[in-house]
Amino acid sequence: MHHLLPLLPAIPLLGAALLVATGRRLPRFAAEITGFVVSGGTAALALVLLLNSSPPMVEWVGGWLPAGGESVGIVVIGDGPALGMAALVSLLTLAALAYSWRYFDEPPRGHPGAFTALMLVFQGAMCGFAIAGDLFNAFVFFELMSVVAYALTGYRIDEAKAVQGALTFGVVNSLGAYAMLMGIGLLYARTGELAMTKIGRGLDTAAGHGGPDALVLASFVLVLTGLLVKAAAVPFHFWLPDAHAVAPTPVCMLLSGVMVELGAYGVWRVYGTVFAGPGGIPAADLTRALVTLGTLTAATGAVMCWYQRHIKRLLAYSTIAHTGLFLVGLGVLTPQGDDGVALYILGHAGVKAALFACAGVLLDRYGSVDEHALHGRARELRATAVMFAVAALGLAGLPPFGTALGKAVTEEAVGGPLTVVYVAASAITAGAVLRVTGRVFLGLGPRPKDADSDLETSGSEEEPETTGPLSRIPDTMTTVPAVLLAAALAVGVAPGFGDLVARSVNEGGSGGAHAVAQWTAHGVLLGLASTALAVALAGLAVTRPDWTAAPDWARPLRRLQSGHVGDYVAWLLVGAAVLGALALPGVLGG
Amino acid sequence: MHVLPYLIAAYVFLTGCYGLATSRNLIHAVGCLAVCQSSTYVLLLAVGYQNGATAPVFSDIKPGSRPVVDPVVQALTLTDIVVGATVTALLLALVLQIAKRHGTVDPDELRELRG
Repeated sequence: MHHLLPLLPAIPLLGAALLVATGRRLPRFAAEITGFVVSGGTAALALVLLLNSSPPMVEWVGGWLPAGGESVGIVVIGDGPALGMAALVSLLTLAALAYSWRYFDEPPRGHPGAFTALMLVFQGAMCGFAIAGDLFNAFVFFELMSVVAYALTGYRIDEAKAVQGALTFGVVNSLGAYAMLMGIGLLYARTGELAMTKIGRGLDTAAGHGGPDALVLASFVLVLTGLLVKAAAVPFHFWLPDAHAVAPTPVCMLLSGVMVELGAYGVWRVYGTVFAGPGGIPAADLTRALVTLGTLTAATGAVMCWYQRHIKRLLAYSTIAHTGLFLVGLGVLTPQGDDGVALYILGHAGVKAALFACAGVLLDRYGSVDEHALHGRARELRATAVMFAVAALGLAGLPPFGTALGKAVTEEAVGGPLTVVYVAASAITAGAVLRVTGRVFLGLGPRPKDADSDLETSGSEEEPETTGPLSRIPDTMTTVPAVLLAAALAVGVAPGFGDLVARSVNEGGSGGAHAVAQWTAHGVLLGLASTALAVALAGLAVTRPDWTAAPDWARPLRRLQSGHVGDYVAWLLVGAAVLGALALPGVLGG
Repeated sequence: MHVLPYLIAAYVFLTGCYGLATSRNLIHAVGCLAVCQSSTYVLLLAVGYQNGATAPVFSDIKPGSRPVVDPVVQALTLTDIVVGATVTALLLALVLQIAKRHGTVDPDELRELRG
């Protein structure tokens, strides 16, 4: 069975190559069917492998087996978390392809397979990153998925904003990736190994009883910088709202639903296998770094989300807030925290992709994603309105959504004052989405006044992605979000699913320490509380529009999002320095 | 084992970052990104270097007859160059398109996406 692992990235890449080679001659219909078959086949393979992932599989690609404990081969691993991420990537790609069924006005002309081919490369790269067992291949797949993501973000090259957002995305993410590569180089210098488990063992041997030194700290900071840029942790997050606001909707579904989460997954994987030993970074330092950055990320994301009027940007900031919550959950380093985050990511992918899908309907119907301009205009889209509201409740953590189960388990794991961060961040982001529902779909409250500030992106006068504005919403554009929401619900409702996820995550990560992931009265109450808070916030915002005008204390925060790529690079360096400072005490003490 | 190549790698990386942060021209910025990447080549090759060793090509020397430098880092550097070429090409294409749509390549004038 483990021989099939390399097919996960290989099948989509071959499918993309086929489409690039023949796309010019194929009719559009055939190109899109090919995309479905390849992407769906990979999803089926990932699910079959996932069901057989206990005990975890290991495959040396091309038969380059280690000889006498030494190896120069490429290793891929197939444990629960890796294959779970690969399956999530594949299913979400399938959903995005279904959503974009005959969707674009076909740029570039005469090459109907181009979009599908790019989506398949994206899928293959993300699958490859998920199952990579050695750091250099993780870097290569990381770069491949980044490059495709830049291309997809700037897919509508005739739009001024799209190319601008794609360039910012490209510069910041590539710089992060090069930092990661420098870290990998330093680790190779110390241990002479590239496979993650062997680097981890090599660091422990090299350190002896001395503990970590400056080189370990430097490589930790550099590798995590790359991964945290992808995960959009504050202050590495500036590229994300720009990219998500301009990318085509099906691409946003993938970027927000799973690519950003792969950054958090990478942090978990790299810390667990490389830096967790006695020669790596002490647990207390990782907890300090991730909890601090995660809390900052959640707070920044929630505040910025609340003051957006551009609906896709609003959803992008909500993703930032949630990544902050994922990082906090991973940072406490308990088996239960890992389980909670895994469930939270599954639920969040469904809910967030459904929200972007609904925002795409608005864009294609009205040529605008501006909350103010759309006030009351979308009354006729009843099905979309219901899905938008349901997804907002899922975002708030209303039981029995998968997001609520994941949030409840994580809250239990982090405990104490950090629970407040979870409740507040999910309530504020969900409140903002509910506010949009109330205003845009129901026309509640007075129409908000436009602030006379140059600090915002409005989202009106956007080009629809379809051939002119839609007169009727295609069935695929309502079915896909409905299915995604049902899946997010199923994560929380299906009996035993939580425990299943917990078992496979713990097998991959915490070496047999089993935790249970079940509904508790405490978790349900907190979920209901954050939902109630979200509804109250949305109600206040709709009845008193002054509330959503950014107050003075939020202005500096908004000014930081300056749209200038140089500023973002400077913040990336500040972030790396902060990360180093947060992890420094363990190195000094060791 | 000499510390100088490592210092040079760090210096080249930071120089590229400084250029990126202060750039007034997007083509220049993409060039600075390539400078940042060059620092990774320096680092990787420095890691595998040995005094007195030759290139790891065994067409004219017998294996084991004399020391060679680490071929793994050279393979990594080659892969890295390919990755870098792709990224640079794509980013320059985006800059070209920005120049067409915005009529400028000065990042100070590209501030539509903010807040």
